[in-house]
Amino acid sequence: MTTARDEILGGIRRALWRGPLPADKAAELTERVVAHRRNRIPARAAALDRAARIDLFVAMAEEVQTTVARVSSEQDIPAEVARYLAAENLPAELVAAPDPSLDVIPWDARPLLRIRRGRAEAQDAVSLTPCLAAVAETGTLMLASGAGTPTTLNFLPDTHIVVLHAGQIVASYEDGWDLIRARAGLSSGPPPPPSEPFPASGGGQGGGLSPQSGDRAGALPRTINLITGPSRTGDIEQRIQLGAHGPRRLHVVLVEDAPAQG
Amino acid sequence: MEPTSHSFPANARAGLADPVLQTALGLARTGFPLRRAQAIARLPEFEELREEGRAIKDHTLANLDFYLELYERNVAAAGGRVHWARTAEEACAAILEICRAAHAKIVTKGKSMVAEEIALNEHLEANGITPVETDLGEYIIQLRREPPSHIIAPAIHLMKEQVADAFREAHTELDPARPLIDPRALCDEARTVLRPRFLAADVGITGANFLVAETGSSIIVTNEGNGDLTQTLPRVHIVITGIEKIVPTLEDSATLLRLLARSATGQEFSSYTTISTGPRRPGDLDGPEEYHVVLLDNGRSALLGGEFQDMLRCLRCAACLNHCPVYTAVGGHAYGWVYPGPMGAVLTPALVGVHEAGHLPNASTFCGRCESVCPVKIPLPKMMRHWREREFAQRLSPPVYRSGLRLWAAVAQHPALYHALAGIGSRVLGWAGLYRGRFRSLPLAAGWTSVRDMPAPQGRSFQSLWAEQQRRRGRVAPRARS
Repeated sequence: MTTARDEILGGIRRALWRGPLPADKAAELTERVVAHRRNRIPARAAALDRAARIDLFVAMAEEVQTTVARVSSEQDIPAEVARYLAAENLPAELVAAPDPSLDVIPWDARPLLRIRRGRAEAQDAVSLTPCLAAVAETGTLMLASGAGTPTTLNFLPDTHIVVLHAGQIVASYEDGWDLIRARAGLSSGPPPPPSEPFPASGGGQGGGLSPQSGDRAGALPRTINLITGPSRTGDIEQRIQLGAHGPRRLHVVLVEDAPAQG
Repeated sequence: MEPTSHSFPANARAGLADPVLQTALGLARTGFPLRRAQAIARLPEFEELREEGRAIKDHTLANLDFYLELYERNVAAAGGRVHWARTAEEACAAILEICRAAHAKIVTKGKSMVAEEIALNEHLEANGITPVETDLGEYIIQLRREPPSHIIAPAIHLMKEQVADAFREAHTELDPARPLIDPRALCDEARTVLRPRFLAADVGITGANFLVAETGSSIIVTNEGNGDLTQTLPRVHIVITGIEKIVPTLEDSATLLRLLARSATGQEFSSYTTISTGPRRPGDLDGPEEYHVVLLDNGRSALLGGEFQDMLRCLRCAACLNHCPVYTAVGGHAYGWVYPGPMGAVLTPALVGVHEAGHLPNASTFCGRCESVCPVKIPLPKMMRHWREREFAQRLSPPVYRSGLRLWAAVAQHPALYHALAGIGSRVLGWAGLYRGRFRSLPLAAGWTSVRDMPAPQGRSFQSLWAEQQRRRGRVAPRARS
């Protein structure tokens, strides 16, 4: 009995006037895949130095209604979160990713801020997460799911606060793919991106960077979210409304650590 | 859904006479092209990216069997499962089986044109499962029980008053006296009503903008976040998509992603681009426990290697709809099936047959804007011409039209006869129209003169004027060969 699979693949080969690819051609294609060859990357972000890249990220993010607060160290995060919640008239209560990278933040400095660690539930109004990287080209945050970084935090609450370290800002999506592959233990074809090497994990830098115990060997995380501004829709009369189904507000706390050494 | 593409002329007349539709299309006509132009002006590499995007798709299509098999292996390695479907029926059956195994009662859905193509909602409903569309536009048209009129903005044919009416009728649990006067209030109401559905769903179904062979991932591009809630909260995530959505690597997807949002909505990047690989991992606190991908052929593989292969490059961005003088005049419902506009005029005859959809490739002025804005350079007008040829060859066009064409072809093959007849015609018309300079009506040309005047010819043909000028300059005009 021929299966749908065999028939579809057979139909494709018949239409292309050939049988299965010969071994040398297949090897060539495999090589193309594992090489991770980059296509043209816009010069907009690729040509910038660190400071200009950070500025471009902030400008592009703000253009799509992401708000960005720059702080000088992790010590300042609790105060900034408290300030933001008060300014937006939100309760001082949030659910934070259980990722260890957030453990080093001195929450004790703000005892009135109630924090639960875990995945988001229906009643949670505000979430706080780390991110894997940010892409300057379009002001995009890159978040990966894992035991410490549940995906519900990125979509269920009305307000999503993201902790981003300046050293995590890369130029392009392709730079982000390399970070994701490194994290998942996948081989990365090309040499590291021309932008500064990503800071080593530890010391609270970044979230979910080191391979996690639950990862399937050689597979990407279950979910990678590229987030560019809060949720929106233009489905009624093409008039843009924020907060369609995902967060109404997206706030980035940008920690401007010193450039990584080496 | 049953196609009604054979009624395009009547559908189009109804569309032109519908004042709500005309107001709504007026917004689309200006909004989409302006925003696209602004986004592209900011990216100097856009033309180069179009060329690369075309090449990536062509390369993948030429090796489609290889990349599909690689993709399937990588989906399995990540703990997911691929289901192959030759037809819409097989795809619906595969999805129903997964839903039944999950004891599903409520199924949430992200927007998927392939789900529309296979009429998935009807199939689920007929089998006792409630599908809930969660994209705002799709939700609106689901309440109104009508098909989408645009591939990225399904409710583009409506104004806010129609949406308010649909909400009042459906949301009877809410205060009937509530004001629903602006898009903000409508958007908030949909958010409030749909949130419990997201949380209650047993299965979430999304489409895919891209499948990545290298990693076994599916990618969706959305703005609302509904697709992410759909695929994160339920226990089972099903992806339904066509076999042509595959790309080799994440790098290739990045190039196409740069083209997609700019071409579609004029955004630099959509709010949410989500890459999904397999089910949740041990230790994960959320995410689906099962991940299924239903790969649909439904006539696609038959387009490979032929004059319509280029159509399989399509990213479904809708730029060709937004720039089409016919689509933006008659709206999407006139096309009578799932895919409207220029891309639909090429794809619909391929998927439902030229006998059903032969009108669609004829509903074009061949102005060429569709091809000029296509992010992967699909030669849409050329392929519409191919369909017209097939329609003629299969004797599907009306007899009067066919004999007219045959007569014209016979005359055009004899240039001397053609020039003689054209000369007589233009002299007669020129003489008859001497007084007014135009005609209010002409025999055999009512299609033109019923809506506008026909200018009268000046009395001489271009050919004879040209020949005379050449003679005056002392040159011998090249004689037409016969």
